[in-house]
Amino acid sequence: MAYKHSCFRTFSLRFLVLFAFSCFSTLAVAGDEDNANASRPTEKQASAEAKEEKFNAGETIMEHIGDSHEWHIAGKGEHAIAIPLPVIVYSKRGLSVFLSSHLEDGSHGYRFEKAKDGSHRMVALTPEGTVDEEMTKSVWDLSITKNVLSIFIVMGLMLWIFVSAANAYKRAPGTAPTGVRSFVEPLIIFVRDDIAKSSIGEKKYMKYLPFLLTIFFFIWITNLLGMIPIFPGGANVTGNIAVAMTLAVIVFVITTLSGKATYWRHVFAMPGVPKGILVLLTPIEIFGVFLKPFVLMIRLFANILAGHIIALSFFCLIFIFAEMNTGLGFGVSILSVAFTVFMGMLELLVGFLQAYVFTLLAAMYFGTAIEEHHAEHAHVEAH
Amino acid sequence: MDLVKPSIGLIFWMLVSFGIIFFILKKFAWKPILTMLKDREDFITNALNSAESAKKEMAALQSNNEKLLAEARGQRDIMLKEAREIKDQIIGEAKGAAQKEADKVMKSARESIQSEKNAAIAEMKNQVAALSLQIAEKILKEELSSSEKQKALVVTLLNDVNLN
Repeated sequence: MAYKHSCFRTFSLRFLVLFAFSCFSTLAVAGDEDNANASRPTEKQASAEAKEEKFNAGETIMEHIGDSHEWHIAGKGEHAIAIPLPVIVYSKRGLSVFLSSHLEDGSHGYRFEKAKDGSHRMVALTPEGTVDEEMTKSVWDLSITKNVLSIFIVMGLMLWIFVSAANAYKRAPGTAPTGVRSFVEPLIIFVRDDIAKSSIGEKKYMKYLPFLLTIFFFIWITNLLGMIPIFPGGANVTGNIAVAMTLAVIVFVITTLSGKATYWRHVFAMPGVPKGILVLLTPIEIFGVFLKPFVLMIRLFANILAGHIIALSFFCLIFIFAEMNTGLGFGVSILSVAFTVFMGMLELLVGFLQAYVFTLLAAMYFGTAIEEHHAEHAHVEAH
Repeated sequence: MDLVKPSIGLIFWMLVSFGIIFFILKKFAWKPILTMLKDREDFITNALNSAESAKKEMAALQSNNEKLLAEARGQRDIMLKEAREIKDQIIGEAKGAAQKEADKVMKSARESIQSEKNAAIAEMKNQVAALSLQIAEKILKEELSSSEKQKALVVTLLNDVNLN
C-alpha cells in the first residue's frame, strides 16, 4: 500500500513537471504572439489591411482546434512559423505527394480553400489556376495532417513506453517494478482490475484487455499531449470528431461481433416483457445499440474540445483587451494565465477521466454483449 | 462546419495507426507484461499461502507439542498416584499380614502353652497319684508291719465305726 502510494506521488510529481513545462511554453507562445501584435502598429500598413488583421477570437480558436495541413507554431500570415507536413492527395489525376507549403500557391495542382459556410476543403485546380469542380469531387485527401502526425507521435510514444516496459519485465521477471514499469504498472493493473475484470468478468476479460489497454493509453496520452501548447503537442486529436468517431466505431464493431444470443435477445425481444410493450421497447433497444457508441464519441469529442476551447479563450481574452489598450492586455494576461493554470489542472483530470470513462464504457458494452444466460437464470429463479 | 464533419483522411490514418499500434502492443507489450504480472501475482499469492500454511503447521505442531506435554504430565500424575496407591496398598497389606501372622503365632503359642500346661498338670496329677500310692504303700507297710499295730488299727477303725 505504501509502495502504491509513493508510486502515485512520483506520478503526480511528473504531472506537475509536465504541467509547469506546459504553462511555461504557453507563456512563451503568448509572448510571441504579443510581440507580433506589438510590432503590428509600427509597420504602418494601410487601414483596410489593419482592419482585416483585427483580432478575431472565434477564427483563432477554430484554427487551433481544427485539423491543419501544416503544424503552426507561432506568428501570423507571412511571418508564421509552421512545420510543413506532407500532403497526400488522390484523385482521378493520380496520387500526388508534396509538402503543405505548396498548398498555398497551388503549384501541385491542389489548393486548400475556405468555402462560404466556413468549412475548408481541398480543391483541384485546372492548369490555369481556377477550381476544377469535377476533379475536386474525386479528391481523396489522405494528407499527414497535424492530427495524423500527432497520432503517429502518440503511437511512437506508446511503443517506446510499453515495449521498453515489456522488455524490462522480461529482463527481470518477478522483481519489484522500477523505472518505466513503476509508472505503467499501477495503470495497467487499474485497467485490468477496475475496468476489464469488473465489467467483463473473470472468465473472458483477457480477450478484451489488450484492446482496452490500448484504447485507454491512447486516449490518455493523446489528451496529455494535447495540453502541451507547442510541437509535438497541442493538437486537438481526441477532440476531433473523426478520431472520436473511429474509436467509437471500433468499440461498436467489437461489441456487435462479440454479441451472444442473450445480448441479441435482450435487444430484439427483452425476456419477461409483454408483447405489447415489446413493440415500444424493441425499437428503443435497437436505437440504443447505435446510441451507445454515438454517446461515447460525443462525450470524448465534446469534453476534450471544450478543454481546448476554454484554454484558447482565456488567451484570446488577452488579445481582445490588448487591442483596446496594451496595458490592459498585460493586466488581463495575469488573470488569464492564472485561470489557464486552474483549467489546465482540471484538464489533466478530465484527460484522465475521459480515457477512463471511454474505456470503462467500452468494457461494459463488451460485458453486456458476451453475457450469457444471466436473465434466464434470474427468470427461472423468480418462478 | 469543419468541427463536426469527420475527415476521411484522418479516419483512414486513425484506423491504420490504431490497428498497427494495437497489434504491435498486443504482441510485444501487453502479452508479456500481463503474463509477467500474472506470474508475479501468482508467485506472491503462492508465497503468502505457503507462509500461511507453514504458520498453521507451526501452530498445529506447537499445539500438538503442548497436547503431548499435557498428556505426558497427566500420565506422570496418574502414574505417581497409582504408585502411591500401590505403596499404600502394599504397606496396608503387609501390615495386615503381619498382624495376622502375629495373631496366629500368639494364638498357637497360647494354645501350646495351654496344652503344655494341661499335660504338665496331668503329669503332675499322675506323679502325685503315684507318690500318694507309694506313700500310702509305705504307710501301710509301716502301719501293718506288726500284728499289734494291725490290731490297733482294726480297733481304731472299729471305734470309728458307729454301729448305730
